[in-house]
Amino acid sequence: MRKISYIQAINESLRHEMKSNENVIIMGEDVAGGGSRDDKLDAWGGPMRLTKGLVKEFGRDRVKDTPISEAGFVGAGVGAAAAGLRPVVDLMYVSFYGVCADQITNNAAKIHYMFGGKVKVPLTIMTAMGVGGNKAAQHSETLYSIFTHFPGLKCIVPSNPYNAKGLMTAAIRDDDPVIIFNNRQLMGLKPTYDVPEDPYTLKIGKANIEKPGTDLTLIGIGYTTYLCLEAAKILESKGFSIEVIDLISLSPMDEETIIKSVKKTKKVIIVDEDYPRCSIAADISALISEQAFDYLDAPPKRINPPHTPVPYSKPLESLYAPNKETIIKNAKNLLE
Amino acid sequence: MKEHSTEISKTTLLWMYEKMLTIRLFETQANREADAGKLLGMHSSIGQEAVPTGICSLLESNDYVLGTHRSHHHCIAKGVELKNMMAELLGKATGTNKGKGGTMHIADINKGMLGANGVVGSNIPVATGVALSAKIKNTNQVTVVFFGDGASSQGSLHESMNLASIWDLPIIFVCENNLYAESTPYEYAVAGKSIADRASGYKIPGITVDGQSVIDIYKSSKIAIERARSGKGPTLIEAKTYRYKGHFGADNPLSYRTETEENYYKERDCIERLKKYLLSNEITNQENLDKIYEKSLESVNEATDFANESPFPAPEELFSDVYVSYK
Ligand SMILES: Cc1ncc(C[n+]2csc(CCOP(=O)(O)OP(=O)(O)O)c2C)c(N)n1
Repeated sequence: MRKISYIQAINESLRHEMKSNENVIIMGEDVAGGGSRDDKLDAWGGPMRLTKGLVKEFGRDRVKDTPISEAGFVGAGVGAAAAGLRPVVDLMYVSFYGVCADQITNNAAKIHYMFGGKVKVPLTIMTAMGVGGNKAAQHSETLYSIFTHFPGLKCIVPSNPYNAKGLMTAAIRDDDPVIIFNNRQLMGLKPTYDVPEDPYTLKIGKANIEKPGTDLTLIGIGYTTYLCLEAAKILESKGFSIEVIDLISLSPMDEETIIKSVKKTKKVIIVDEDYPRCSIAADISALISEQAFDYLDAPPKRINPPHTPVPYSKPLESLYAPNKETIIKNAKNLLE
Repeated sequence: MKEHSTEISKTTLLWMYEKMLTIRLFETQANREADAGKLLGMHSSIGQEAVPTGICSLLESNDYVLGTHRSHHHCIAKGVELKNMMAELLGKATGTNKGKGGTMHIADINKGMLGANGVVGSNIPVATGVALSAKIKNTNQVTVVFFGDGASSQGSLHESMNLASIWDLPIIFVCENNLYAESTPYEYAVAGKSIADRASGYKIPGITVDGQSVIDIYKSSKIAIERARSGKGPTLIEAKTYRYKGHFGADNPLSYRTETEENYYKERDCIERLKKYLLSNEITNQENLDKIYEKSLESVNEATDFANESPFPAPEELFSDVYVSYK
């Protein structure tokens, strides 16, 4: 099968959904680029090039460059969705949610419930996140945990090109508002995953067992799944049997897969790049403590960054986020 | 550096020349450091030197400036030390922000630089509050907030102009209209095509000025600063300018603009224009300008050496400064 990058995978999903459903539109800063200049069509194709080439195929009416007005265009995405379109809105970096939080948490999340289930908001928000860019506190956050707090929002975090394509397609076809979080590092990786050319969907709400094992469960989210797999290779070479779960969907969350795995391995580490307080890692830890306490050989272990903003300086930034070494160290503590 | 007569003194003109040159040389060197991988990209202010230089030539040292993701020129014009700025870009412990903020967040409260900000439009309300503080405490300080044409479409600008107007705050909203927000031309994103016009809805003066002429900037901001200082309230200045480089890092601007357009603006280069003015009016001679160049280059080189020789922050710095106190 052919191998494509994470960025190409999202791009293919968008292209196919736009082709097969004329209600799908894309809005965001520089998603086409060049504003209204006809000779400068596709000048950018999105800040991460996720939408490259789409404006040439579908035109500026459906691939809409926006002014820098997140409250305006994310809110417009909510309204357009409520009135029958299936908008995909690009929120360049997740930290900018602050500008349009009202639209996401008060409108997108609540309209279906408040209106007695009579109005749907099939909106997809895609946003980039993560450390590693030397971009400091306002351009490196992860923040997916915040959105899981709100009933009404679905939150998904792909970890490779294969599930990125299937999840993006599922998000666009979903009748609820879905936020898809694209990690900066994953978007920069070389293509090593087989990705089918034909469209397919993956179920939102389902975790994936990346590799089975019996001694320890590592739970990863997006890029940290990649880190868990790297750490697992080393741990297995030392004779341990490691199960790696890719959480994929934070809301809804696949509690069953987590609990089943932990009951088997009796030890668990959750690796999460978001801030530690009220994080998804804390939530999973609570879930395990409530539902599998009697099976555990050790308390659930969380690996998060410290309770500090993301530093700029490169040596500090690399101390900040979970990495392969911290996972191995913590795993050995539990295993030995 | 302040100036009270309508004519611009020779000292001020030479100060402006040196500042603009220093900004350009600093940015050129900072780009080299980025190319060498010591920082992963920056937003270059080359081409836009005149805007903050013209305004800051009229500010007192305790007046405030707030900026954006593209703010190296604001910092230099307001008097932030080059050494600490360059060290900050390299993420060093000796940086203005101890290496924690980097290129998009340089701040130096002692120089009245209350910070660059990476979220577009985010600093405008903050600046409004800074002006409110000056007004309530009756300090006679003026606040200048810089932002781009892109930021002019954020609600934060509109809410802030309204607040500043109803409270007569001593603030100057300065839009550096460099014609593009990333790849998006302002003629597409700005309805009505005038940012200055947006002031009229808030009953504040809106002025359009040639941002490539430091003298024009000086004249317009003089009126705005006097208005602010005398308690009459805010002004919006739209300075038409141009960024010579791409938006960030390796962005190729020719994907959304033309070489003809680039040349048009480069022929109106702010530094070259001031140089011509100084020479043709016999305010100074070439020899003196050469000396200024040497001096500026030396200060940038010193800053670069300082930055490169400085240590990175100690690991425990990761945990400090999150709060003032936290128990
Ligand atoms: C709220 C927010 N949205 C988007 C971005 C990404 N972004 C960074 S700079 C920029 C363009 C800004 O354009 P403008 O305000 O004209 O300033 P310029 O870059 O031209 O100096 C964008 C969209 C951001 N940093 N913050």
